[in-house]
Amino acid sequence: MIPRAYDGVAVVAPVTVPYVRYSQETAHWWIARALKAALDAAGLGPRDIDGLSVSSFSLAPDTPVGLTQHLGLTLNWLDTVPMGGMSGVAALRRAARAVQAGDAEIVACVAGDANHIDSFRRLLGNFSRFSQDAVYPYGYGGPNACFALLMDAYMADYGVERADFGRIAVAQRENALRNPHALMKSPLTLEQYLNARAISDPIALFDCVMPCAGAEAFLVMREDRAGGLPAARVLATMERHNAFPEDPIQLRGGWADQAAAFWDRAGVGPSDMDLLQTYDDYPVISMMQIEDLDFCEKGAAGAFVRARDLTVTGDFPHNTSGGQLSVGQAGAAGGYLGLVEALRQVTGQAGPTQVAGARRAAVSGFGMVNYDRGVCSGAAVLEGVA
Amino acid sequence: MTEPLSPPKKKDPQRRSPVATLPPRTRSRAGLGLAVAAAENAFRLQTCADCGAVQYPPRDACCRCLSTDLPWRETDRTGTVIAETRIHASPDPYFRARLPWRAGSVRLAAGPTAICHLHGDVGRGDAVRLRLMLDKAGRGVMVALPQTPTPAMEDDPMMRELTAHPRHRRVLVTDARAPEAPALVQALLDAGAAHVWVGEAEAWRRWPGRAGFEGRENVTLVPLDVTDSDSLATLAGEIGGKTDILVNTARHVRPGGVMAADTVQARDAMEVNALGLMRLGQAFGPGMAGRTADGVNRAACFATVLSAHALSPDPGYGAFAASQAAARSVAQTLRAEFARGGLRMTCIYTGPTEDDWHDGLPPPKVAPKALARGIVKGLIDGLEEVFVGDVAQDLAERWRRDPGILERELGDMP
Repeated sequence: MIPRAYDGVAVVAPVTVPYVRYSQETAHWWIARALKAALDAAGLGPRDIDGLSVSSFSLAPDTPVGLTQHLGLTLNWLDTVPMGGMSGVAALRRAARAVQAGDAEIVACVAGDANHIDSFRRLLGNFSRFSQDAVYPYGYGGPNACFALLMDAYMADYGVERADFGRIAVAQRENALRNPHALMKSPLTLEQYLNARAISDPIALFDCVMPCAGAEAFLVMREDRAGGLPAARVLATMERHNAFPEDPIQLRGGWADQAAAFWDRAGVGPSDMDLLQTYDDYPVISMMQIEDLDFCEKGAAGAFVRARDLTVTGDFPHNTSGGQLSVGQAGAAGGYLGLVEALRQVTGQAGPTQVAGARRAAVSGFGMVNYDRGVCSGAAVLEGVA
Repeated sequence: MTEPLSPPKKKDPQRRSPVATLPPRTRSRAGLGLAVAAAENAFRLQTCADCGAVQYPPRDACCRCLSTDLPWRETDRTGTVIAETRIHASPDPYFRARLPWRAGSVRLAAGPTAICHLHGDVGRGDAVRLRLMLDKAGRGVMVALPQTPTPAMEDDPMMRELTAHPRHRRVLVTDARAPEAPALVQALLDAGAAHVWVGEAEAWRRWPGRAGFEGRENVTLVPLDVTDSDSLATLAGEIGGKTDILVNTARHVRPGGVMAADTVQARDAMEVNALGLMRLGQAFGPGMAGRTADGVNRAACFATVLSAHALSPDPGYGAFAASQAAARSVAQTLRAEFARGGLRMTCIYTGPTEDDWHDGLPPPKVAPKALARGIVKGLIDGLEEVFVGDVAQDLAERWRRDPGILERELGDMP
């Protein structure tokens, strides 16, 4: 059975609170800023929403329950999405169904995280039990070391070279130079990428994101409530957790065996997309998403990115705001960054990074390296309401 | 190819010793099981009692059938490196001081993938031999080693962190009169120890083996009496700051049960075996635990010889066994105290040794040379619990299986 489409659901008010490398503010502060900005964009106030979905690593000792009181929200529906880089897609698909089913009328989806000096190291130390037992004791390279292992195996298996990954990073930097809020402000050449300081071989400096503070939000509501707001429809979504546990090392994500059904539900295909937002904690993960979502054959992403222009004005616009690689990774908000940018794109609100005539976008999410691989995969197809 | 270690330069007393840091120490309860296996050079992983699936990382329920019955079982030690990395940046102070650090993904023949410390002589595609070893924090870690030994492989910087190899290290053996002392000194020198001090209590008392230690290169007899705190304080003042390994061989053995025991002799056994170890820990422990990051010849291990009957008494040696149980308990507390500084506490358990005090017991007994070899092998392998000889190994196995049954079986011995 093909699940019912998200008929009657509108996604509006994509907002980004500009990121800061280090900030003394708390997650509560960042989330409040994003929520206010989204409500302002929709001409609503805090009393108008009855649903809230929150993703954050740094709310402790609070949970989103504490946030309701902290922010003075009275709700019929409250969700916590602790899926890191998959948070945006997961929040969207849960909120869309809740609105469609009538459990909530207007759901605000928010992700935000603080970044104090040393808070990244502390976050790492408590990330997961398997990390504590079986990853950190081996050099404590953090996610860099885990992804270095995946990248090493991926390069060996598919004959991809560092320069291929570099094309992704370089194109995103070019996109970021259009985005006034990106933390990275200077151009990046392929040569600089290749000669960058080694972090955890084969990963070097420009394969890594910069941890920062920031927040992102959007609203999900019934179409009839959206009025004249620029809105997007959700054509399809998918999520998959702990896919392919028998794979000795991760060379594919949960998209791989879901993509056909996913595109079926969407009623459109990869070639119908005007742009793609992948979760780019590392370029190798973007390549896996390009392959597993059927933009090319498995193992062919290296050749695929070599043959295309990935910039805003290119033939395959990818991570148009600059992605996490060039904008920064604001904790769980990193899992919203691509989705919020895609919403801006398909509703014609992307400003300096706007892809001309963009109407449909695919967004994918990837989250939570619990042990040796990312556990959560998800994707969504969005279409602007003309 | 591993670059053989060069002898370290003389230390500059004006410079601060590097601050000892530890690798990440937090583990789940199940995760601690790796250390238990690593302590005695076992390669035990959780194996589902219901479906047989080998689990890694350690879990509380089987990832194939959800059974919660996951006993630790000896497992195939082979695997293949499927990915490798050299880490150049880490926010962790311990690894920061030791970069670059190599790690790899190893597909175990038993099924799971383990992230491992990689020996310098192995890389992607190589078949490897796996070991569980104790790291500086005293936690069990997976180590991928060459399938067959390579030249100077024990000098690899990662191995040097994980073991207490005597090479280039200065060792204090506490009792020259112990039957195993001559063989132990020789085995330490053969393994590359830079110097061996050998303790001698009551030096005025003539004894036949003394000549074997006199006038030897890199061997010095030093006055040491584990029952005398002053003698220990004096000696620690002289060599405590350069003792890299300590092996306590002082032992007081007398046969007899408890009912008919001479409590004066029992008190002597306690003084030497239990309180002696405590005094050694007090005199040498702080200095050694403060020097665990001090280069090639950092302080690495505080070891003591114990009777395997520390686990469960032989009623034929009642007071002695009581002192051994007490000594084991002291060693366990020292282990916890040393762990904060990254110093290893190693217990070498032996069965009855080939000497006057075990006359009349049936074989097999442990020859002094075998005990010496066992001690040095424990240092080289980086172990915490070493069982030397058939009797000790058999006793440990029975004790692990069922201490209650072992106690009753030992009670029935003639």
